[in-house]
Amino acid sequence: MLESKYQVLVGPEGYLPPAAASMGVTLPEKGQALVEGSIVSEEEAIEKIAQKILEAKNPFLFPGPLLLWDWKEGVAEKAKAVKELADLAGTRIIPMPDYRPKYPMINPAVEINPNHPNLTIWHNKIDFCLFIGVHCHYANVALKIIRGGTDCYTIALCGEAGHEDAMISLRDVGLAQLASLTEAVARLKGVAGK
Amino acid sequence: MNKSIFKITPCFEDIMPDEYKELVESDPFGKGLGVSQLGTYKELLEEHPLCAGCGLALSLRLILASLPNPEDTVIVGSTGCSALAFPQVALHNIHSVFGNQNAVASGLKRALKLRFPDKVKDVVVIAGDGATADIGLDMVMQSWFRCENITTIMLDNEAYANTGGQESGMSPQGTVLNMAPKGKKFPKISMPEIARESGCAYVAAISPAQPKRLEKMVRRAILTAREVGPSYVQIFSPCPTNYKFKPQEMVARIKQREKEGFFKSKEYITTEAQEYLAGLEEGKKDE
Repeated sequence: MLESKYQVLVGPEGYLPPAAASMGVTLPEKGQALVEGSIVSEEEAIEKIAQKILEAKNPFLFPGPLLLWDWKEGVAEKAKAVKELADLAGTRIIPMPDYRPKYPMINPAVEINPNHPNLTIWHNKIDFCLFIGVHCHYANVALKIIRGGTDCYTIALCGEAGHEDAMISLRDVGLAQLASLTEAVARLKGVAGK
Repeated sequence: MNKSIFKITPCFEDIMPDEYKELVESDPFGKGLGVSQLGTYKELLEEHPLCAGCGLALSLRLILASLPNPEDTVIVGSTGCSALAFPQVALHNIHSVFGNQNAVASGLKRALKLRFPDKVKDVVVIAGDGATADIGLDMVMQSWFRCENITTIMLDNEAYANTGGQESGMSPQGTVLNMAPKGKKFPKISMPEIARESGCAYVAAISPAQPKRLEKMVRRAILTAREVGPSYVQIFSPCPTNYKFKPQEMVARIKQREKEGFFKSKEYITTEAQEYLAGLEEGKKDE
């Protein structure tokens, strides 16, 4: 298969950025991940995410409904792991509790919405964001809008097959991947502190 | 809806916006609440962007408070002022192409019957007069001819109100609006009578000036649609912005129209629906 030359980089790319999939970026196989449009190993991507979180001036996590609502066994444990990551990396959290457009009532200081995620990013001057627990179809919409209209670096930790439109995306994310990421952040923080 | 999943993950309680916490703490789901209890629980319509004094906004609040089974209700809306409020409604709702709402609702109801044969799932269309009586009249009437088990509620503000104020089929004859400077040339469409003759088992016309009666009618319409056949409720919801009256005069405006004989609440019920509703209402009294 021909590898795409298209790179999924920080925007703003313009009003209607192409879907990365339409530019030839393909989803990773199990054990792999995507970094800026290229397929790499999961370990390499985790390391890169840890670096990016720590380099960011104003990093945020955007947990979605799959994580914010305690709707099935295992969610609470995953949420706890995400909270630990946020505390360690010093990121703030803005929730995406549902997907109602809520136009024009969105309060960008306290929530994010997939239909206009740029408002929350602009309002809070966010330069790094990490999506987790957001249903894939809405994550795709939001990631494309963010790339189109902001200069925010995007990460998608996906429980399914990953997201081409994020700058870095892991697939099949569970407790093990979250633990590896937290461990990588802790290690890099330790190195940075020496 | 399975209410056991309606809880916030413990470690995220501090970051959830207040409106969601309130919805979890004092939701109306499965509690049999209604218009009389408004103010004691979290309403299903959060802040909305409709104009001050909008009759449609009050009607929508009352309709949502009147739903007999909100946790298992899906609303189908269409283009119009109400579509601006639906994004703030904490119920499943679908925005359909302008005028297509009853066709979408028909398919949805049939699919829900197949998918959840043992559960009651109410499909309620809530759309404006343009979508119901003008642009979507074909789809509306065809759904009635086919005896679809859906409820159609028209929020009648007598104009295309968010596009500058054009006359609709429901504007009274002689109405002058921003975009209808010469005055409307033909009378208001008699939708309740069309509904009655088109196969609706329950038909009502009401306004938000009578909240308890509105609640009763909306409930009757939805209950009828479950078992007997299609139902229609027309709610007169005056528009202060286009009809140029003060927001606080909305209810007075309805009463004035009633006094002048231009609006009256009415109810048509088929014998079959009457028997069915009498059985339900009798059963409720005995409880």
